[in-house]
Amino acid sequence: MFARDFSPIDAFRREVDALFQDTAGAWPFAEISVAGRNYPALNAWEDNDNLFLEAEVPGTKSEDLEIQVLGNEVSIKGRINGAEQNGGSVHRRERLSGSFSRTMVLPVEVDQSKVTAALKDGVLTVTLPKAESARPRKIAINNNN
Amino acid sequence: MEMQAQKQNASPAEGASPTRSCACYRPNVDILENAQGLTVYADMPGVRPENIDINYENGALTIHGRAELRQRQGTSYLLREYGVGDYHRSFRVGEQIDPANIKADYQDGTLKLFLPKGERAKPKKISVQPH
Repeated sequence: MFARDFSPIDAFRREVDALFQDTAGAWPFAEISVAGRNYPALNAWEDNDNLFLEAEVPGTKSEDLEIQVLGNEVSIKGRINGAEQNGGSVHRRERLSGSFSRTMVLPVEVDQSKVTAALKDGVLTVTLPKAESARPRKIAINNNN
Repeated sequence: MEMQAQKQNASPAEGASPTRSCACYRPNVDILENAQGLTVYADMPGVRPENIDINYENGALTIHGRAELRQRQGTSYLLREYGVGDYHRSFRVGEQIDPANIKADYQDGTLKLFLPKGERAKPKKISVQPH
């Protein structure tokens, strides 16, 4: 497999978030507003054929999630419905509620028509098949003996 | 109170043996109370309902959720913003609770617990008799 001429981690850090660009460099996770720039937190990994993105989005139903791939950008949008309060008092409110949106630049080209997503027990997994040109290719060496 | 989006590490459980290694996270919770009881919502994504233990004893409510690894060990991550591990949190419940009727429901990664108040803790309306 050939070494690539980019660092995937650096590419991932080039996040697109026009609304909150002025706060870039701030401690990202300590505090978050409802439309916070770093929700949901993401894990990403890859195999030869796919790029995988995973996010924990408790309290969000699949019908309240929207995943879009445009070129090499993927965006995850959704809504968390807060706990309804029918009279009485609130002792703690630590969970987030409201809408969120996050857009990432992917380190490789993906085949956007084949992207799939699954939501189970509050965990979203997005599978992004790499474009043919982004897949590693094994080069056979001819033995001309 | 500031909202925490990042998973918080749980402080070691009271009475837990120090040899037990628990890479536990502290689930974020909402706790609401009305005349009927207390409702606790705890975010525990990635846990299967059968792997959640709820214990109520002597006024202490303990929630433990066992999370299974979702990627094989040794996966090299391009991006890693959160860890995966068990969830653990304990509460002292001041109200009198009817433990036999605690109800639990898990949906979309959130555990919802209803702790009905015991008879003594329910508000009673005392009417003043007119003379």
